[in-house]
Amino acid sequence: MTKLLLKGRVAAVLPENTDTDVIYPGRYLNITDRDQTAEHLFELAYPDVRARIQPGDFLVGGRNFGCGSSREQAAAAVKYAGVGAVIAVSFARIFYRNAINLGLPAIVAEVEAAEGDELAIDLEAGRIENLTQGLEFKAAALDPRAVELLEAGGLIPYLKRKVEGGL
Amino acid sequence: MPCADATPMTLAEKILARACGRASVSPDQIVVASIDLALSHENADLVRKSFREIGVSRVWDPERIVIVLDHRIPAESEKTATTHKAIREFVAEQGIRHFYDVGRGGICHQVLAENGHVLPGMVVVGTDSHTTTHGAFGAFATGIGATEMAGVWTEGKLWFKVPATLRIEVGGALPQWVSAKDLILYIIGQIHSDGADYQAVEFDGPAVRHMTVASRMVLANLSMEMGAKVAFTPVDDQLLSFLHRHTHTDVSAHAAWRPDPGAHYAKMLRFDAGTVLLEPQVACPHAVDNVKPVSAVGSVEVNQAVLGSCTNGRLEDLEMAAYVLTGRHVHPRTRLLIVPASQQVYLEAMRMGYLETLVTAGAIVNPPGCGPCVGVHQGILAAGEVCISSTNRNFIGRMGSKDSEVYLASPAVVAASAVAGHIVHPKEVVA
Repeated sequence: MTKLLLKGRVAAVLPENTDTDVIYPGRYLNITDRDQTAEHLFELAYPDVRARIQPGDFLVGGRNFGCGSSREQAAAAVKYAGVGAVIAVSFARIFYRNAINLGLPAIVAEVEAAEGDELAIDLEAGRIENLTQGLEFKAAALDPRAVELLEAGGLIPYLKRKVEGGL
Repeated sequence: MPCADATPMTLAEKILARACGRASVSPDQIVVASIDLALSHENADLVRKSFREIGVSRVWDPERIVIVLDHRIPAESEKTATTHKAIREFVAEQGIRHFYDVGRGGICHQVLAENGHVLPGMVVVGTDSHTTTHGAFGAFATGIGATEMAGVWTEGKLWFKVPATLRIEVGGALPQWVSAKDLILYIIGQIHSDGADYQAVEFDGPAVRHMTVASRMVLANLSMEMGAKVAFTPVDDQLLSFLHRHTHTDVSAHAAWRPDPGAHYAKMLRFDAGTVLLEPQVACPHAVDNVKPVSAVGSVEVNQAVLGSCTNGRLEDLEMAAYVLTGRHVHPRTRLLIVPASQQVYLEAMRMGYLETLVTAGAIVNPPGCGPCVGVHQGILAAGEVCISSTNRNFIGRMGSKDSEVYLASPAVVAASAVAGHIVHPKEVVA
């Protein structure tokens, strides 16, 4: 189950158009175990970020986060590195769907935050507080479909339950 | 088929309305659409794993699933060989007939086109972002992730937010040396990499209607790089005759899949190709929207030139390269890689003598597949190397070292630059 109230630190603030090759290099696409993908998160462009991530930390991005390939490993690497949510001004559509499908909250919001700041997020109320700087921001309402998937912990547990209940 | 007296709709709206069983739909509405075709490549293995986790034993419809091995063919490592083997076993177990193994297909999008898998009005999803290519056949075609595809394999349905539509009408004719690749790079440069985010794009106008189907595929393919969910080129007589040749069936009824007059567009772009697009365009490192006319790129020496990919590895692209390289040689500092988009393109290029011309000029021919475009094997760049490529992405590390650089351009510019050893307008090579 993904919780709808989140608290954590900002592990990294990333630029606009952070693309899927930067998030997860194409050379590792033959890795299909999701937890192994985390080893290669930002490996070429920001090799120091992964080591900084503590469970539940956040990534903050600009416009068009996750643009490029449909590779699900990009969202998986972020999630399995321990990231609790990605907050960005906007997301490329496939990354957004992949994140939600894996139970990783992708939150559309423009926030002021620096690396290390502590944030508190209320997904349902659409509120993000920067506890370090004493600022508050509005997040775009999550689509009801996304809430349903996040609450189930992602698409696989959601469908599993549906299948077990008779499709 | 679409109903004539319904609310006027864009083509994306019309197809989704049909696929979710409603008379009409409008932007931002969430609909659950039935899927007509589900495409995967090597990541079918990832889909397979998610599918197993969901816990159903049979896919919803083996006839609607197509799997094409293209990213790492032939297998470059034991790991990939194991993936390929697992896919072959799954395909046999599930009775998936439309499986294109090594030596039988090529790049998935080209293989779908050649084998007539896609028809106007279909909803096509693929675990590859360049699935937008199939909008050139009038299909609502978009990329999805592997877990989402496992859901499609389970239920045969997927939810979509109905996209608003951006209509782009291109008048006039493309000048000499200016191709579909230059047109779409120009548009991406203008509206940027999120300029069509979540939207459907409809291309039309004389410059588009004059294009071959292969060139229209370039427009639909690269629309992904401006964020488009789907991108259409017109369903016209030229397309219908292409589809007739590739499906061997009567496709005339599909002519109805066109936007309604009076449909609502979120935005319209109209320009004249002959006025604004005077020369070939180049996307400079490290973003597809970092576009300049070739004359503004300056002097850039290239170590490698790549002609291939789902964007520009078709017969007309190899023909252009052969034209530029006839009687010429690849520059001593440069390597030229030719990657036919499919076995069929390979064979035709062989029959037409293009491969002989290219190999004589000093090019190497890679097996049909994605190859160097995705940076996994056969043509990796070292630190400090520069590549001019007819492919679709120039992100950091896309084709190898994070300290290499990729410039994207048309087949003509790639071939001419291979001869000159630096990025050049083809007219400077072909006098």
